[in-house]
Amino acid sequence: MTDSGVNVAPTVSFNSISMVFPDGTEALRDVSFSVDKGEFVTVVGPSGCGKSTLLKIASGLLHPSGGTVDIDREKLGYVFQDATLLQWRTVRQNVELLAELHSVDKDERARMSTDAIELVGLKGFEDHYPKSLSGGMKMRVSLARSLTLQPPVFLFDEPFGAVDEITREHLNEETLALFQREGFAGLFITHSISEAVFMSTRVLVMSARPGRIVAEYEVPFGYPRQPDLRFDPEFAKLSGQISASLRGAHS
Amino acid sequence: MTVEEHTPIGARSDGASADFETPFIMAPAVPKPGKSRLRLASDSILPPVVFGVFIIAVWYGISYVVLDADRRFLLRPPHDVWQKGFADWENFHELLNGLQSSAKVAFIGLGISIVLGTSLAILMSQAKSIERALFPYMVTLQAIPVLAIVPLIGFWFGFGFKSRVVVAVIISLFPIIVNTLFGLQSADRGVHDLFTLHHASRLTRLRKLTLPNALPAIFAGFRISAGLSVIGAIVGDFFFGKGDVGVGQLLRRYANFLKSEQLLAAVIMSSLLGVAVFLAFGWLQEKVTGKWYEHGGGEV
Repeated sequence: MTDSGVNVAPTVSFNSISMVFPDGTEALRDVSFSVDKGEFVTVVGPSGCGKSTLLKIASGLLHPSGGTVDIDREKLGYVFQDATLLQWRTVRQNVELLAELHSVDKDERARMSTDAIELVGLKGFEDHYPKSLSGGMKMRVSLARSLTLQPPVFLFDEPFGAVDEITREHLNEETLALFQREGFAGLFITHSISEAVFMSTRVLVMSARPGRIVAEYEVPFGYPRQPDLRFDPEFAKLSGQISASLRGAHS
Repeated sequence: MTVEEHTPIGARSDGASADFETPFIMAPAVPKPGKSRLRLASDSILPPVVFGVFIIAVWYGISYVVLDADRRFLLRPPHDVWQKGFADWENFHELLNGLQSSAKVAFIGLGISIVLGTSLAILMSQAKSIERALFPYMVTLQAIPVLAIVPLIGFWFGFGFKSRVVVAVIISLFPIIVNTLFGLQSADRGVHDLFTLHHASRLTRLRKLTLPNALPAIFAGFRISAGLSVIGAIVGDFFFGKGDVGVGQLLRRYANFLKSEQLLAAVIMSSLLGVAVFLAFGWLQEKVTGKWYEHGGGEV
């Protein structure tokens, strides 16, 4: 960990990003913001507003039609909407995949995966195949897989959308614990306001297509955050404000 | 999914996340209550046995009730087939030899199809342009009736063993190509993105993603083709009879001499060969992919 670094430049920064797809769909218009180390920034917006496109651009999977992104893509944490596990690999083998792709040697890989599996609370499940895991557990494997590389930037593309609410809240809390421990810069995409407020240091509201950042909220709560925070009046008030901006952005 | 509802919420805050969901893990391993292993076995064996008895009964019915005595040669009753086709050692020996010859042709043909078909599919999966260039010709090859090119095959490869193998290959190649190609192309988009993000080479992607992902489909192709290769070997033998005598030649001989008992015995034996190869590949598939592959609709 490089906690001592005099890291002035933001870890991720979007500069006037716009995106028009070949079929003429305008997904993003003039999007600019940055995420610093130690920040957890969430973008909320209605479905189809181009939130995921933003992450694809950040990761280099898509090239923007205009604007630039400053980001170090060497070790990028990217958690997809689905767990995207390889079903012929056990939990351990799945977690070791990225290290394998980066030609990390076998012993080091084993050490990395052991740590990561323990971090996400899947100790004891190393030799299970994905087909015997629940949706929430698959998502944890996916998280552990990204953790092995100790990425300075973590991109989350609506990762917990497919699991039930109880599991989702639980995963939210675990992700925050990881965020505190690893100190990465987090960029999280969701359409759930309460998830956004609970997780983030900052919430950005994106409008319907073409996606633009229409409002920005600092979240005043410190970490660690307790599950009860969701029932705090402050929490409700902030959620209400974000909800209002979203509705304004929608029309 | 009811387990979650019964889990006390408070159990979550201690961080023992794995415990929280442990019940899900156990679910697939626990056998259904109230059904012993024996009972399950009889459930799967009894219906086909009953139906088999029914078929034999109908067979007897046709031989003795439908057909008059002077026309009974059209369908001899089962015990006649048994006596002349199987119980008579000389005849059964001849049949086994023929079967061995045809099995050899089928295996070699299937082997060539597997190597050729899988390679072609991998080649096509590497670039859309290659797929577009090759695929129409694969379909054309598949669409040609073997009967129509029998003379050509004979001219080119002779009227013996080689031509029989060629027929087995022609008949069994296509399903392997189609299934393998389908399997190679069916890998999840997100996983492909993941490999792209981490700069995986073309070979790495093939080795670690598309090929293992295609295994279930590849084996589905192998199983279909295994049965087809037996058919191909017998059809090939039927037309190209030089050298040792295979099942095709036997069928021809029995038909010429109106030996319908032996004819039926030969038919039964060759279909048993097809079944055996099919089962063998099913077993192999289970060995290779059974541990991880989730069959469609497999969720309880």
